[in-house]
Amino acid sequence: MMPDLGKYAVPVLGSYGATLAILAVLIGVSVWRHARVKRALTEAEARRARAENGGK
Amino acid sequence: MSIWEYANPKKFSETAARILPVVAPLSALTLLVGLIWGFFFTPDDYKQGATVKIIYLHVPSAMMAINAWGMMLVTSLVWLIRRHHVSALAARAAAPIGLAFTLIALVTGALWGQPMWGTWWAWDPRLTSFLILALFYLGYIALWQAVENPDTAADLTSVLCIVGSVFALLSRYAVNFWNQGLHQGASLSLDKEENVSDVFWLPLLVCIAGFILLFVSLVLLRTVTEIRLRRLAVIEARERVE
Amino acid sequence: MIALLVRDLRLAIRAGGGFGLGLAFFLLVAVLVPLGVGPEGGLLAKIAPGILWVGALLACLLSLDRIFALDFEDGSLDLLATAPIPLEGVVAIKALAHWLVTGLPLTLVAPLLGVLLNLPLTGHGWLVLSLFLGTPALSVIGAFGAALTVGLKRGGLLLSLLVLPLYVPTLIFGAEVVKRGAAGLSVEAPLLLMSAITLGSAAALPFAAAAALRINLR
Repeated sequence: MMPDLGKYAVPVLGSYGATLAILAVLIGVSVWRHARVKRALTEAEARRARAENGGK
Repeated sequence: MSIWEYANPKKFSETAARILPVVAPLSALTLLVGLIWGFFFTPDDYKQGATVKIIYLHVPSAMMAINAWGMMLVTSLVWLIRRHHVSALAARAAAPIGLAFTLIALVTGALWGQPMWGTWWAWDPRLTSFLILALFYLGYIALWQAVENPDTAADLTSVLCIVGSVFALLSRYAVNFWNQGLHQGASLSLDKEENVSDVFWLPLLVCIAGFILLFVSLVLLRTVTEIRLRRLAVIEARERVE
Repeated sequence: MIALLVRDLRLAIRAGGGFGLGLAFFLLVAVLVPLGVGPEGGLLAKIAPGILWVGALLACLLSLDRIFALDFEDGSLDLLATAPIPLEGVVAIKALAHWLVTGLPLTLVAPLLGVLLNLPLTGHGWLVLSLFLGTPALSVIGAFGAALTVGLKRGGLLLSLLVLPLYVPTLIFGAEVVKRGAAGLSVEAPLLLMSAITLGSAAALPFAAAAALRINLR
């Protein structure tokens, strides 16, 4: 199944490995940050809603 | 119905929320198909051997590294002219993506050149240009981080993006000029005469499409994050005052 | 405008740090490089054009943040922005002052350092010419970077990160002029291209820098 890369195994596999690693970090950080901010914003808006309702 | 509707942060976020569940899996699928096709089901190049398989990573990432900067240039201009915050935030969101693509282009380019040049890095004009592009991205990102006021940061980084674009182009020509003496033969792509046969070209197209979709997904996701961050900052500022 | 130029020049020469520092740094580079790479004459002659140009570049970088920062802090920049001269003119004058205090002295001292670095005698004339035509670009581009970062507390490092990539074309063409000139080859192409960059930057960047200053003065 695996093609015979011969002497080029290190450059080829290294490229694929490095690319996947960099993309994994990029996507991972983006998704994590997105979730973290969404949570913080929901909490902040809930606080604001409570404060406004409490004041009335 | 015009594109300027999406300058409204709420409308942008809502539309992004509808598009992302489609675009993101589509990009993953396209990338998988393209890479698997290219890696497992294509022959070796008669001159470059198995290293030709790196083309499916190197070419799309290099293209997107440039396109990301181009998108940042357009959105920076839109911000300066029409003052749409979504535009400035989209530019900010795109920069780390462009930097990542530049890094991928650099690493895969260096590794591709290793069998040919015998060293892990060579000052090939194209690689050197991408190294300089990486520095431009770093400076842009650093400026966003350094300036406190968000609108000031948006303005300054937009000006930097515009001036930087001019100098990036100048650098491209300067670096080509600089490297004229060295081995011109070793270029990092398939010769037009040689082998632009469908067997390499089609999976490459799929990979390029996959990278484009990946870029779009990530920009949408990150821009929504930036919009929400701004809203969070406003709420927290108000809370501090009250 | 002349008054502004004279004022800036006087400030730079008087305030100690500005004037001699760049020159001293330039000399240091020319001394440290041979210590680092070894005294072999052939090697030094080969890398001299690049070393001299990189040294000039870094030396110019040193005094860039002083172009606007001092005036920004004590409020004079606000006054200059509202003065009858256009802010673009202020930027141009300040860049000129920076060049007179940094780039020009470098250009004049360079041949001496060329001797230290074993630059062939044929290269000395081209060294002075390339620095004379190229260092103004470094001042103008540097002024743009300084305008971007003027509001920041410790913007020095960021300033270097922003400005150095912009210096790349001037560096490449400038060093090429010296290299080719020393070897007796035609220097037409790099010389014209470098001069074009200097002229283009001097014409256009004051507008970008003034825009950045206005943003920071808001």
